[in-house]
Amino acid sequence: MGPLQTLRLAVTALLRNKLRSFLTALGIIIGVGAVIAMVAIGEGARSQVEETFAAMGTNLLIIMPGSSSSGGARGGFGTQPTLTWDDLKAVQTEVSTVARAAAVLRTQAQLQSEDQNWATSVQGTTPEYFEIRKWRVSRGLPMTTSDNDSGAKVVLLGQTVAEKLYGANADPVGQLVRIKNVPFEVIGVLEKKGQSPMGQDYDDTAIVPVTTFRARLAPTPGNYLSGVMYVSVRSAQETAKGQAQLTALLRDRHRLTRSAEDDFSIRNLQEVASAQQQGADTLSALLASIAAVSLLVGGIGIMNIMLVSVTERTREIGIRMAIGATPGQILAQFLTEALALAVVGGLAGVGIGVVVAQQLSVQFGWPLLIRPEVITAATGFAGLVGVGFGLYPALKASRMDPIAALRFE
Amino acid sequence: MAALIQLEQVTRVYRMGDVDVHALRGVSLTIAEGEFVAIMGASGSGKSTLMNLIGCLDRPTSGRYLLEGQDVSLLSRSELALTRNRTLGFVFQSFNLLARTTAHENVELPLLYAGLKGKERRARSLEALHSVGLGDRLDHLPSQLSGGQQQRVAIARALVNKPRVLLADEPTGALDSTTSVEVMGLLQALGDKGITVVLVTHEKDIAAFARRVLVMRDGHLVSDTAQTPVRATLAEVS
Repeated sequence: MGPLQTLRLAVTALLRNKLRSFLTALGIIIGVGAVIAMVAIGEGARSQVEETFAAMGTNLLIIMPGSSSSGGARGGFGTQPTLTWDDLKAVQTEVSTVARAAAVLRTQAQLQSEDQNWATSVQGTTPEYFEIRKWRVSRGLPMTTSDNDSGAKVVLLGQTVAEKLYGANADPVGQLVRIKNVPFEVIGVLEKKGQSPMGQDYDDTAIVPVTTFRARLAPTPGNYLSGVMYVSVRSAQETAKGQAQLTALLRDRHRLTRSAEDDFSIRNLQEVASAQQQGADTLSALLASIAAVSLLVGGIGIMNIMLVSVTERTREIGIRMAIGATPGQILAQFLTEALALAVVGGLAGVGIGVVVAQQLSVQFGWPLLIRPEVITAATGFAGLVGVGFGLYPALKASRMDPIAALRFE
Repeated sequence: MAALIQLEQVTRVYRMGDVDVHALRGVSLTIAEGEFVAIMGASGSGKSTLMNLIGCLDRPTSGRYLLEGQDVSLLSRSELALTRNRTLGFVFQSFNLLARTTAHENVELPLLYAGLKGKERRARSLEALHSVGLGDRLDHLPSQLSGGQQQRVAIARALVNKPRVLLADEPTGALDSTTSVEVMGLLQALGDKGITVVLVTHEKDIAAFARRVLVMRDGHLVSDTAQTPVRATLAEVS
């Protein structure tokens, strides 16, 4: 008997009990659908984390002054910023893993255009900052070194600020903006950067040259750098090494004794990124394993129904054996029934899983990520479940004694 | 006549819990090609066990059973199934047709297991159903057929693979007397065509249609007599 005829026998038998076959397949449908939807959710969450950190730059270190835990112990010094402009120069020139470094000073200020105003964080920095953050202008011109050298009164607006002051589609380049009553010329609008991992809007900012910032907006005395340093290391793999080098350099420059705590702190975004990544991976694995369990339960459902079916059809098995079905042919028939349930259920599950994943991606604003491997693996696993759980009932059928089977009422 | 079926000191012992049940206690028997044999006996006499052994549904505990000269006790389960499929045909008291399966599909089944292609299966099952006078009931389900018709479908199924031996286990047990005679006439007609028929029955009236009657008692073959058979008057067989 050929495989096609075996399949026809199996399908005929399954169609005799349509509702039962459907309910049995439903276990597999839900299992496979769950695997596909859950894996898509996990992938979506992961890609969102990746996207967020890609926006920040994963080879980024941020050096902040006056570590909060040691601040009080250092007496009068604690109220002062601990980083100096000489520190910045040393960071730029003396550390092998550092690609670029820039000071970033911040103040909160009210911006006024001709007919609107908006309070935002104004930052003073140098052109290196834009390279470290990989942040370009979408309109107008970027900040230049000569802007910084001359202390030019120019400003770059973040997308949010540009929108609040000038409306969604206006071109503010060339307009005058007053910051703390000092007029600045808008030379460019920065491209959209999105949200920080903590949900802060990167685009709600205005950036001016650091020299202008110190002279006009927030005068800071002496040699102290009253802000933070953004440092990019040459590659993401070198962030840990760069962090160690910077710590050693700054401890040396600040003449800290062995027992003294750091009077600065270095934030390594790679660490935050990989922690969040790990969280997303754990979520993926958890969801996928829950889904796999439901697929397993579906398989048990198949086994259950096949066992019932074999018992119910004992007499039929006896008749088939009496007229010449070999044990192998009986085995093939029942195994094919289980396999057909699992594969049909698996394919339907793929369809439902894809639809659910699509709905969820729309709901959460995630990219729809369904890899073909996942579909193949889920369907293949469903088939394996069918064979695995169908084998015992089929063996049971094939090992029946034809005489006893024929007498079965 | 060549010995088609040959049993030599065949015994069959079942274990029922702790008790050994001796269903056959050394039966020797030879049936030649083309014979029409009835096996009689009370229930528990071992006639059904003997039938199952001859039908290759079971294997002897000891002794030899040669079918077409081949020792059946040496065959595997698969080989027994092949033998049942090719050499033997079964007719049962309770018809044993597959429910919710048409007459035509029921008759086709042995051919399916024999590995025949669709067209040939169709042609041969049609021929078999015509030969039992049911050419017009092809697509009827067993539930839509009378007892006599169902048994004729079963006979068609037993014949479709052109077996050498037809085994009938109380074939008229579930039929009224008129239909019984019809079915026996059908079996006699097949016997006339050269098919060996082995019939198990406990009714003398039915055994009267056979040319040779074996009587079983307590696992022994106690008598073996030839007789002139009663002819069933019937013209329905083509």
